Amino acid sequence: MQNSAVPPVRKSIAVSTSPDRAFALFTGGMHQWWPRAHTLNPKAERAAVIAEPRAGGRWFERAVDGTECTWGQVLTWEPPHRVILGWQLDEQWQYNPAFLTEVEIRFESKDGKSTHVTLEHRNLERYGVHAATLRAGLDSDEGWMGGLRGFAAVADSAAAS
Amino acid sequence: MSYPTSELLALASETRATILQRLEAGPRTVGEIAQGLPVSRPAISQHLRILEQAKLVTEEYQGTRHIYRIDPTGLATLRTWLDRFWTRSLDAFAAEVERQNQTPPSHAKQRRASRP
Repeated sequence: MQNSAVPPVRKSIAVSTSPDRAFALFTGGMHQWWPRAHTLNPKAERAAVIAEPRAGGRWFERAVDGTECTWGQVLTWEPPHRVILGWQLDEQWQYNPAFLTEVEIRFESKDGKSTHVTLEHRNLERYGVHAATLRAGLDSDEGWMGGLRGFAAVADSAAAS
Repeated sequence: MSYPTSELLALASETRATILQRLEAGPRTVGEIAQGLPVSRPAISQHLRILEQAKLVTEEYQGTRHIYRIDPTGLATLRTWLDRFWTRSLDAFAAEVERQNQTPPSHAKQRRASRP
């Protein structure tokens, strides 16, 4: 691992459809494939995951009872080849408008029949900087470390489920 | 001279954020980290110790110099989690594309009968 920034998470997968349909399903049909366990609202079942189709649009989930939880925003909207989502969930797993990491998804035609989808989640080092800033109100060594431990616990239990 | 406690605490956090930002540009000595910051050298060292305990920075001795750099292990759990999360998500996305390929949506079905 390099000594400065935290490397981005990079993933790719091939799907047998056109970039147009892949883009439409990825962005417009998120509720159909987004892992069900991954919700900010454990109290009510999820009805939809919505990325508003424009730069500056909201990215959020809506539960069956109408409750909405914001995840971030749409930063770049270039159908059918590229979308950049602003993932604004901090290390406490809370939406935080002052915090932002980028998730860029590209859709490239391979042979006319299939599409290569590549995803990059970057700016992960901001979690460290943000963790340091967040503690303004409850600053103590215990509290600050507690925040990171809290995140680790959430992450571990989510990974185990 | 007295400051409201909350301001001091906020300053402490901002200082640590600044330290991390400086280290993101590359490894630094305490002197380089402290440059231009309105905080004493011992205070900087104290912040560095806290960052070290949180595994966000790591310290290395080069002769008499202490070099600090970002320690990625503090964020490794998060990164590992996101890595697994996106693997699962893209797999689910590909499965959904396949499902729709097998059963193309019927237009008749999509039109919903409105019920009172």
